[in-house]
Amino acid sequence: MPDGGWFGYQPNAGPFYSPGTAMDYWALGVQFLGLASLISSVNFIVTIFNMRALGMRLLRMPVFVWMSLVVALLLLFSLPIIAIALFMVTFDRQFGSLFFVAEAGGDPILWQHLFWLFGHPEVYILILPAMGIVSEVLPVYSKKPLFGYPAVVFAGAAIAFLGFGVWAHHMFASGISPVAQAAFGLSTMTIAVPTGVKIFNWMGTMWGGRIKFTTPMLFAIGFVAMFVIGGLSGVTHAVVPSDWQQTDTYYIVAHFHYVLFGGSVFGIFAGLYYWFPKMTGRLLSEKLGKLNFWTMFTGFNLTFAPMHWLGLQGMVRRTAYYPPEAGFDFWNLVATVGAFIIAAGVLIFMFNWWRSKKHGEPSGMDPWDARTVEWTTPNPTPEYNFGVAPTVTSLDDFWHKKYAEDSEGRPVRRPEAENTLTDLMETGINPPHPIHLPAPSYYPVLLAAGIPLVGWGIIYHTSFVGKLLILVGVLVVASAAFGWSMEPLEEPHDEHDDSEPSGGGYPSAEVDA
Amino acid sequence: MEAAAAMDHHDQHESTGIDHRKLGMWVFLSSEFLFFGALITNYLLYQGQPGFARPYPAEIYDIPFTSFSSFALLMSSLTMVLAHNALARHDQHATRTWLLATAMLGSVFLGGQVFEFTEFITVGGMKLTTNPAASAFYMLTGFHGFHVLLGVLMLLTLYGISRRQGELSEASGLNLELVGLYWHFVDIIWIVIFTVVYLLASVPAGVG
Repeated sequence: MPDGGWFGYQPNAGPFYSPGTAMDYWALGVQFLGLASLISSVNFIVTIFNMRALGMRLLRMPVFVWMSLVVALLLLFSLPIIAIALFMVTFDRQFGSLFFVAEAGGDPILWQHLFWLFGHPEVYILILPAMGIVSEVLPVYSKKPLFGYPAVVFAGAAIAFLGFGVWAHHMFASGISPVAQAAFGLSTMTIAVPTGVKIFNWMGTMWGGRIKFTTPMLFAIGFVAMFVIGGLSGVTHAVVPSDWQQTDTYYIVAHFHYVLFGGSVFGIFAGLYYWFPKMTGRLLSEKLGKLNFWTMFTGFNLTFAPMHWLGLQGMVRRTAYYPPEAGFDFWNLVATVGAFIIAAGVLIFMFNWWRSKKHGEPSGMDPWDARTVEWTTPNPTPEYNFGVAPTVTSLDDFWHKKYAEDSEGRPVRRPEAENTLTDLMETGINPPHPIHLPAPSYYPVLLAAGIPLVGWGIIYHTSFVGKLLILVGVLVVASAAFGWSMEPLEEPHDEHDDSEPSGGGYPSAEVDA
Repeated sequence: MEAAAAMDHHDQHESTGIDHRKLGMWVFLSSEFLFFGALITNYLLYQGQPGFARPYPAEIYDIPFTSFSSFALLMSSLTMVLAHNALARHDQHATRTWLLATAMLGSVFLGGQVFEFTEFITVGGMKLTTNPAASAFYMLTGFHGFHVLLGVLMLLTLYGISRRQGELSEASGLNLELVGLYWHFVDIIWIVIFTVVYLLASVPAGVG
């Protein structure tokens, strides 16, 4: 019997109903992951705001970068809330505090509020990067700029902002007041507006374009179609009386797999196929890729579409046994077959990846005739990224370096485009000036190693070993933090060490200045 | 050569004109507001609930004492500014003095908190396990105290660097600014905690 779900509802996951250490490992594990995500989000925000290329104004940034920024902000503001909630769980379980102990006046519903105050922004943390990827992929294979770029960007930011005001729609059955239910039902429906804006912009991007159905494009189109289905079933949960019927049934499972599998996962696959050349300098096999897409697409729909009807027929979640009289058997069989087809699709992908890494067709610098600056470096990208920091003069800068427009607005390849590409390749491989990369450091690894020691110590804090682990862990973390912050950022500038090439596999980046 | 030097640092320039580390600290502190926001909300939800095991935190507060330690913490923001100002004037000696003064005032606050917790537990009879309001009180003020402790450690580190190297250089001058930002944040949060949690605290009707 499991102690609790990923959602850790109280008091079920509390000390009385879940004795033992399982939920302690869960609470502290999620806590540490959250800390890591928080630190990365600070890193991403500072990087995106502060380290843009010359001329890269905020509204010239690729949509994927924009969505990464929005996601980092979501993490920044939602993680501290789950951190407190998880500390409350750990304190209840380890030190006898009474936050969620109803007999002493504690409020288990408070856990649900705090959990979903983080948990709902979290689902946008999962979907927004995929929306960013799709916004990169669709224009490239439609040979058209993204339709309504600022609208797509602001819609993404609006989804994130509204995402902080809808958490209680996960709690319509928990007895919150009718006013709260009405308010959260309405706020949830408003999320459909910016989402709809994005969907129409993606369709507008493809409309009238010269569409090439490559694997990334198939996954991106699959994303849009599946996300619409998931979005529509999502709106049905926003209607409170309807949600009371659906809550805790497989209808919900169907909904969130359409947005997170048909959505996020398809988006990630689009990105993997699209940027594989950036990582390896080779293309994934298109033949296997198309097989990969169609298997996953078929398997996905076979698995999750039947869950809509199963849920509406009353098949509840988190139940070990359903009697045959309930009539759920047939569609469950279909779903099982579908799940195996998805697995086959993933295996095809893994095989494709493994084979193409070594034997894939070499991609060259710009295999997709792409639009954005990351394709102006050689593939695979050298450690230092750009041989010369790029200067950006417009949205889709790389495209405008290659194409001009004729009198009717059709793209015409500039005669000098090939020379531009050759030059970029040349400066990418042989930077004209030495590039200093930050010196690598062992301290972050040491610091990370100290943190779980503290965690284990807290779980076994009543024993001597536990107390010792806390002490050792704190000392390791503290000394690593000191060492890290005292360490010089770069090695001294005047020593140019020629023995070590800067870019893996490339000729040394050190050209005598 | 000028151009080469500029290229050298092409990954170091700041699009916003704010130093990376300083922007990072601002971003991090914006997250900290939500951290303490959740803790304060948590306390406010529980403090007025009737029917808990006694005592409620508000029954045993020693406002004059906590006012004193709050005063020490607030004054430490003044000495922090003076340290920053002294460094701007390249007065290394005064910088060290004010850094040490800030750390001392922070330690006075921490000592006050240790005393307060001890009094509450032994004399007032309110432990972490007494009732949810007590749990929330200790968690909130404890996490704040932990932040002050980290701040004191950072201040003493700056003091140590300054003693060892004879000065705080430009690069570490920025570090002083970062610690200052953090320190002022911890102070500002305490102003909210002292006002909302101590001064405006109420006990439910029928208690006390």
